[in-house]
Amino acid sequence: MTATATKDVTPVVLSHAGLDALIAALAVDRQVIGPVRRDGAVVYEPVSSVADLPRGWVDDQAGGTYRMRREGDRLFGYTVGPSSWKRFLHPPKQVLWRAGDGAITPEPIAKERFAFLGVRGCELAAIAVQDKVFLDGPYRDPHYAARRAAAFIVAVNCTRAGGTCFCVSMETGPKAAPGYDIALTEIGGELLAEAGSDAGGMILSAVPTRPATQADLDAAAAGIAGAEAQMGRAINTEGLADLLTDNPDHPRWDVVADRCLNCANCTMVCPTCFCTTVDEVSALDSDATTRESRWASCFTTEFSYVHGGAVRPGAKSRYRQWMTHKLGSWWDQFDMSGCTGCGRCVTWCPVGIDITEEAAAIRSDLEAEGG
Amino acid sequence: MAHPVEQMDMTDPMVPTLARILRKRVEIPGVVTFELEAPGWQGFAPGQFNMLSLFGVGEIAISVSGYDAEPDRIVHTIRDVGATSHGLSLLEEGDTMGLRGPYGVPWPVADAAGRDVVVVAGGLGLAPVRPILYHLLANRGDYGKVTLLYGARRPEEILFTEELGQWRAQLDMDIEVTVDHASPGWHGHVGVVTTLFRGADFSPDTTTAFVCGPEIMMRFAANALTDAGVAADDIYLSMERNMQCGIGLCGHCQLGPYFVCKDGPVFTWGQMRRVMTVKEL
Ligand code: SF4
Ligand code: SF4
Ligand code: FES
Repeated sequence: MTATATKDVTPVVLSHAGLDALIAALAVDRQVIGPVRRDGAVVYEPVSSVADLPRGWVDDQAGGTYRMRREGDRLFGYTVGPSSWKRFLHPPKQVLWRAGDGAITPEPIAKERFAFLGVRGCELAAIAVQDKVFLDGPYRDPHYAARRAAAFIVAVNCTRAGGTCFCVSMETGPKAAPGYDIALTEIGGELLAEAGSDAGGMILSAVPTRPATQADLDAAAAGIAGAEAQMGRAINTEGLADLLTDNPDHPRWDVVADRCLNCANCTMVCPTCFCTTVDEVSALDSDATTRESRWASCFTTEFSYVHGGAVRPGAKSRYRQWMTHKLGSWWDQFDMSGCTGCGRCVTWCPVGIDITEEAAAIRSDLEAEGG
Repeated sequence: MAHPVEQMDMTDPMVPTLARILRKRVEIPGVVTFELEAPGWQGFAPGQFNMLSLFGVGEIAISVSGYDAEPDRIVHTIRDVGATSHGLSLLEEGDTMGLRGPYGVPWPVADAAGRDVVVVAGGLGLAPVRPILYHLLANRGDYGKVTLLYGARRPEEILFTEELGQWRAQLDMDIEVTVDHASPGWHGHVGVVTTLFRGADFSPDTTTAFVCGPEIMMRFAANALTDAGVAADDIYLSMERNMQCGIGLCGHCQLGPYFVCKDGPVFTWGQMRRVMTVKEL
């Protein structure tokens, strides 16, 4: 592991102008990606200054609903939207190699150098999940590795909880755990900034800041505590992995299957879902072909297809696979939870299927039976 | 912060090498065996598979059906069942295909030394266990009683008939073949492969079993073996799932807690018993 900052560990405070300076400093050798309001939602796109950020906008989220409205003056008052950082580190489509003229040419390894601005606790945890999947071997995705090794992360501690968030119960937020270069917390019209790495400390010492006072630290802690207190959802994870694994025939799977449309939205918005399908793209004018991988979803028929048919032919087995993977078998495979409590799958499910509700239903039925 | 990616090996395991077809042999209609050579090939262990690519069409996982003590020949037996396998079957000697591998957990053949060995195969499942048989025959003295129980749908679908004949002629191995549907001229067993267990001679306490075939057949065979007294952890099966990467990155091959590509394809019945009894897992 990289050592945490040895200098400049004292928290500092940035004004909006200071944040502009930070963005500019990052932009020297990186593409800065941050929150932008587009088509009624906050998405992650290139940003060049504070003026690009969704200042004064918050989101109202519930099962199957997402709406933005004006409130206050915060830069980071919104919570998580439909996009996630996986779009950049593990993009929806990745060329792997090309073949033609009797040779195979590997795709050059990705060279993008990103700085992510506004990574929430649950999102930092999701990046750690994908690190484990793609980098811990025995085989590694070199494109992900290259993008990841070059990434700079500015986290933001949440001071407002979204309507579908449950990070507290998943132990990923609202305060970001280590793994960031810099963590920001909005306090009034300013931002408390803490370095989490040497690189973060160095860049903070190069932009205009003022030392943080005890009052600043208290304000930040109060903001984070406020988000925690606001959180309306939770998953009781105690013994949950076994509970799901041991009850593949629980009637609740049929109930959820009746509602699920197999639309795959949940897997597309989930920041930890990593599955891909390999596709062959042929050129029309030559015998050259391109092999690509693209995001795949366990909610499709083709996903589990073996000659003769799909192993999981319908919504019951697919939802069961998805949820049991997130909350159960992920532990067997990667020794961690596959769900970070970001709430995206709840918000973006067109019929409002809620993973927290499904987990609670299975638990309460079994506990009612004394099981 | 940046992920500390130590020792940046930036070769992409998804990129195949170009393998050339040295020999092609039609086994039965719809099933061909290729002998390939590929640069950098380091050999394989029985039970491992390669990802084979047909340019312009796609890639599939196929187990190696050759002999691991002949590391220069890469042997694959392919059934024409989908677009990629169909296209691969049409290739001729001298043609090339993409190859990457070998991948997966092998059959623990060497660990079975000193024990009785029962190999049970159904249909094309004889191909993935053929490396076991080669090994057993070459090291016959290291093993106790060796039995091969093989079931095919019809006599015309029996694979590797010549080799089966040669092995049978060696008389140091019990080979029983059965068909589901007899045709005129067939004088052998008729019935599913599990009916052959009745006549098989092995000491259950010291038996290692290797089973490969359709999932339902493997389940019945594993149950027959445990009924006969073979321990669940001495029974090995080779599983099949959708595989897009073969190396634990694409997620398709998941079976309960396992990735079939990297935790398998060879598993013990002890590992598989529960997951194989859950419908549509
Ligand atoms: S499963 Fe749902 S709540 Fe959990 S990380 Fe994925 S999208 Fe977020
Ligand atoms: S759970 Fe909801 S979002 Fe996921 S596939 Fe089913 S309907 Fe779509
Ligand atoms: S085949 Fe891709 S993860 Fe197993």
